[in-house]
Amino acid sequence: MTTAAAPLTAAEKAHSRGPRQNVMSRAAAMLVMGVFTLYFLTPIWWLLVTSTKTGSEITGSAALWFTPNSISTFFTNLTGLFQYQDGLFVKWLVNSALYAGAGALLGTIIAAMCGYALAKYEFKGREAIFNVVLSGVLVPATALALPLFLIFSEVNLTNTYWAVFLPSLVSPFGVYLARIYAAASVPGELLEAARLDGSGEVRTFFTVSTRLMAPALVTIFLFQFVAIWNNFFLPLIMLRDQALFPVTLGLYAWNSQISQIPELRTYVIIGALVSIVPLIIAFLGLQRFWSSGLGAGSVK
Amino acid sequence: MRKHHGKTTAAVVMVSALALAGCSGGSNTAGAPGAAACEPSTEPVELTYTAWVPGMDKVVELWNEENPDIQVTVQSGPNGNAGTYRNFFNQLQAGNAPDLGQIEYDALPNFRVQDGLENIAACEGIAEASDQFIDWTWNQVTFGEEDAVYAIPQDSGPMALFYRADLFEQAGIEVPTTWEEYATAAGQIREEGGYIHNFQRADVNWFAGLVWQAGGQWFSNEEDGWSVNLTGEESMQVAEYWQGLLEDDLVSTLPSFSDEWNASISEGDQWTWVSAVWGTRHLQSAAPDSAGKWAVAPMPQWSEDQSAASNWGGSTTAVLKGSDHPYEASQFALWLNTDPEALALANELGGLYPAATSGADLAAFSGKSEFFGGQAVYDVFAEATQNVDPEFTWGPTMTQTYTDVSDGFGQAIAGESTLMEALRRGEQQTIESLKAQSIPVVE
Repeated sequence: MTTAAAPLTAAEKAHSRGPRQNVMSRAAAMLVMGVFTLYFLTPIWWLLVTSTKTGSEITGSAALWFTPNSISTFFTNLTGLFQYQDGLFVKWLVNSALYAGAGALLGTIIAAMCGYALAKYEFKGREAIFNVVLSGVLVPATALALPLFLIFSEVNLTNTYWAVFLPSLVSPFGVYLARIYAAASVPGELLEAARLDGSGEVRTFFTVSTRLMAPALVTIFLFQFVAIWNNFFLPLIMLRDQALFPVTLGLYAWNSQISQIPELRTYVIIGALVSIVPLIIAFLGLQRFWSSGLGAGSVK
Repeated sequence: MRKHHGKTTAAVVMVSALALAGCSGGSNTAGAPGAAACEPSTEPVELTYTAWVPGMDKVVELWNEENPDIQVTVQSGPNGNAGTYRNFFNQLQAGNAPDLGQIEYDALPNFRVQDGLENIAACEGIAEASDQFIDWTWNQVTFGEEDAVYAIPQDSGPMALFYRADLFEQAGIEVPTTWEEYATAAGQIREEGGYIHNFQRADVNWFAGLVWQAGGQWFSNEEDGWSVNLTGEESMQVAEYWQGLLEDDLVSTLPSFSDEWNASISEGDQWTWVSAVWGTRHLQSAAPDSAGKWAVAPMPQWSEDQSAASNWGGSTTAVLKGSDHPYEASQFALWLNTDPEALALANELGGLYPAATSGADLAAFSGKSEFFGGQAVYDVFAEATQNVDPEFTWGPTMTQTYTDVSDGFGQAIAGESTLMEALRRGEQQTIESLKAQSIPVVE
């Protein structure tokens, strides 16, 4: 890919060696990609392999390969995980799904409306508002956790479902993306036409504009979903009741108790494996909309 | 113009944050200092208790059945240094901390200095309970103040020497009773291909335990402030001793409680472990194959006529500042840590070794342990408990001290520095950290 940017003269000079260089650069690109794939997949491979081992096998056998009774151990670990402390892990999974699913859905709608309004309506202070929202992208979520805790304490909402859910609805990056995409993909003439046909602004937004913005919305949803699913610091600060924990915090709490209860080690490992499955499903399931949407944009 | 806009917003946020902090700070300090009156409530009470001991919810169920008017809810989370202490401090500032919290001995001074603990000395039966607990643990919760009890001791970690009886016998090496003999044995064991011990850079509290045994004091809380002394005679003696073992490659330097270390124990490369009573559980899970080969002896001594022991770990149950029901909370805390049934269950489910003197009589500690070749190991620990110097004091910024000393230990292990230098620097950084928090320091 990078060779495309090579100066023209160099390309002309190398004309006779062209195909060979092409193969070389392709091989180099594949090599780089291969290394990165390996780099990203090895930990997941380790996780998969280790989740098929008993506590003593984790240290006592080859790190990256299975043991003879891997399959049965895997299922023993899995049932153990789901039964430990009366199925607490299942509760955590449900919590995570609620926080991430509902949070991402509502968050996407809010971000879409906000970005759309900023792109399509002229009003005083529009740029100022956009800049303030944009500056929110620069503030890391962890830096906001403590002030949020103090604010939620004032209204007695800490240690509740809302303490994690409400802050998750806000996505400055989503607003930014929605605005850029709405500006590019929703033609003003179309909105004019809708108005002439007597459609209200809200109705136009939901029936016409959201469809045009669909690829951006899927992207925002995925980003939000992953961000909330992986969110750790906010729940750590806000929640005390184990029954409200998302799966990240729950696994962390277990992990910190390994020295007291060694059997938790296997549960933490297989729990981590189980906890990434919904993310993989979300990506694979939504990927279709994503790529088809991007393709549709390019034809235009 | 735009820039200006951004600045105003930032300023508004700052001001409101300050206002918030101001409000909650005010409500916290409103409570009267010292041992105020401690009256029971006339109505049914609900208490919250945050702890990370496994199975604590089951123990509390016992209490809830017997005390319908004082219902306790247990909330469990990550262990103290992994986030729960941080949360306590946030909650204390916001005024919504739980009534009771689990706090380890080495973190208790931090909460005392930040005024996070309720003085329950005036509550019924609390001050009188002092003789029900191991001496040193009670000193930890009073801070040597008059009319003061800031927490109820929960568990302790008396230290002893775990050793591989089979390996010592095969090699014909005497089990060391002094540190001098221990160093000699270290050389002999190295020739056999093993290591006498693992030096853990991260476990500074383990090292502090060795200093404690030697009679050293890292901190003392004097009238005009805290004095910090990580470089006293005894500390240096312990540091030089282990520095010697490190330099001669007589100890391994695996990360503590890591898989590598566990594997090394399983494979029989670790011949001894100077550790606390909870080490019994750790060895059984880390090296189940070595069952029957271990034994426990008292810690090696600095001179032959001594029998000093030490302590590693342990927690208290503290009533946190701002609790609406200190009376009921204190009664629960006392029951939790003295009632034989509660102690037995907490030991069974959570592995706690009680700080109450009656705890040594629990059935769980009376039998012989097969893992330790039929030895009655808990007798050794019960005796060690009696030999712990009651005067040892933890400092108010132990997390920072641990981190700084641990960094120095890491350099010493890498051969770039020494353990003595690590302590010197740790002392300096601790003093700076205390000053930065406006805690008076006596130098």
